[in-house]
Amino acid sequence: MSKGHVVIVGAGQGGFQAAMSLRQEGHEGPITLIGGEPGLPYQRPPLSKAFLKTGEAEKLALRPQSFFDAKNITLQVSTWVDAIDRTAGQVRIGSKVMAYDHLILATGTRNLRPPIPGIERALDLRTLEDARTLRAALSRPCRIAVIGGGFIGLEFAAVAAGLGHSVAVAEAAPRLMARAVSPEMSERFRLLHETLGTELHLGNGVTEVNERGLLLKDGTEIAADLVLLAAGVCPNVKLAHDCGLEVKNGIVVDETLRTSDRQIYALGDCAAFPCARSGRLIRLESVQAATDHARAIAKSIVKGESAHYSALPWFWSDQHDLKLQIAGLADPQDESLELPDGTILRFCSDALTAVETVNNAKAHMHARRSLNSGSSPSKTQYLEEYLGMAVR
Amino acid sequence: MIKVTYVAHDGSRTDAEGELGDTVMSLAINQGIDGIIGECGGSMMCATCHCYVDEAWVGATGPRLDGEEDMLESAASEVNERSRLSCQIKLTEEMDGLVVHLPEEQV
Ligand SMILES: Cc1cc2nc3c(=O)[nH]c(=O)nc-3n(C[C@H](O)[C@H](O)[C@H](O)COP(=O)(O)OP(=O)(O)OC[C@H]3O[C@@H](n4cnc5c(N)ncnc54)[C@H](O)[C@@H]3O)c2cc1C
Ligand code: FES
Repeated sequence: MSKGHVVIVGAGQGGFQAAMSLRQEGHEGPITLIGGEPGLPYQRPPLSKAFLKTGEAEKLALRPQSFFDAKNITLQVSTWVDAIDRTAGQVRIGSKVMAYDHLILATGTRNLRPPIPGIERALDLRTLEDARTLRAALSRPCRIAVIGGGFIGLEFAAVAAGLGHSVAVAEAAPRLMARAVSPEMSERFRLLHETLGTELHLGNGVTEVNERGLLLKDGTEIAADLVLLAAGVCPNVKLAHDCGLEVKNGIVVDETLRTSDRQIYALGDCAAFPCARSGRLIRLESVQAATDHARAIAKSIVKGESAHYSALPWFWSDQHDLKLQIAGLADPQDESLELPDGTILRFCSDALTAVETVNNAKAHMHARRSLNSGSSPSKTQYLEEYLGMAVR
Repeated sequence: MIKVTYVAHDGSRTDAEGELGDTVMSLAINQGIDGIIGECGGSMMCATCHCYVDEAWVGATGPRLDGEEDMLESAASEVNERSRLSCQIKLTEEMDGLVVHLPEEQV
């Protein structure tokens, strides 16, 4: 049985899951979960969806305080870890130190702030506090400009347009969600947002934010009272970097999610881990990655297992009445093939890499099962299987 | 208040009181009930909120919603005709007294 002190830095989705999974696996030693934000650990996905409409913050908490008490998990909120001393096996919080036997870095990401003049006028959407500020702004009619046509920017745009505000989105890439979905899927969502009355400026980056709104590369001006910055994030790696751990667009870990220091793991949004399919270092920003990483690390600490991490990535995004679901992970340049029912398959040299669906839970789950079975199916294999399913 | 009883796999019972609009999943999370995880926060993406509605309450909770069936197929424990995703059961007045049974595992 594992009895050591596990210290978890970052009390978000992944940090919380690690604490919970450690107890589920039977860890007997103390667990300290340290988070910089105030309040109980909460889920972020609703911040750009339901919360903007309902404002129900109490629904976001991952668990009540009584849960942490019952599980004997020491939760320290509004507390920032300042440094890691690997030689002493301690983290430093202000003038205090805390010893660890295992350390889990679950520090997440923060909003990327590109060097655009006036960018300080733009608001973020990362934390509950950010979402509260935005929600308050939405209570009056306003003109909204969103920088970035990725998931978070578009989810926000859909809610704002649905509430009757006038919305414009500026995206430097030529299509929406270009990093994550196929051109066909980008197109479907372009139509959705245009139907909602949102003005889309694609392939047109923002060059300035000013008191009137946005100025775009081609000289277009977008009048706005509220500007949201949703142009990506950067991982919080300072603690790792400062104590000499390798950092490459994330805290670098091996197949067992350990850093080069055997006592230190990293998970979720801040971790760069080897993809089980391609072997490349990848960093994912999803509930799935944060929670699956956390469970694997808990097993490793408690059972001493060092199984290679290989969970299948999946993701969702709700925009107006469309629920986009993605199983697997495709590169932007992967081929795409649209099936008659609207499902989009992604391939890299004939191997299926991802499946994108809209409002089609059945096809999504089918894809998760077949991609999960280890080796990824070929185009022909998958089509045969898929069509067989559709006929049944 | 709407009373819901959660019966764990080992038979132990926990009562909770929810409000209209809560789901059987969100209420369990707020009460720190172990047998329900609810990883995706009710987005019908994870099947870690699987429960079996007690026979007497199948009428009140109604049929599965669109998409629920497919998601349930990936539940960790056995799925039977009373299986539901608890995040898709929104509490109504008619459910006061509801009893749900929790599966052995959720992941
Ligand atoms: C608006 C929004 C919508 C999203 N929607 C979806 C969605 O629909 N589907 C999906 O799968 N994912 C979604 N995501 C992504 C998902 O929420 C993240 O991938 C997930 O929260 C990552 O978990 P994490 O534990 O790695 O990081 P986080 O949950 O971000 O937690 C990290 C925590 O660490 C704290 N921290 C950092 N440094 C320190 C330090 N030195 N000391 C103490 N604490 C520290 C931070 O304050 C933060 O609270 C969304 C994210 C946002 C912001
Ligand atoms: S909470 Fe994820 S499916 Fe119900």
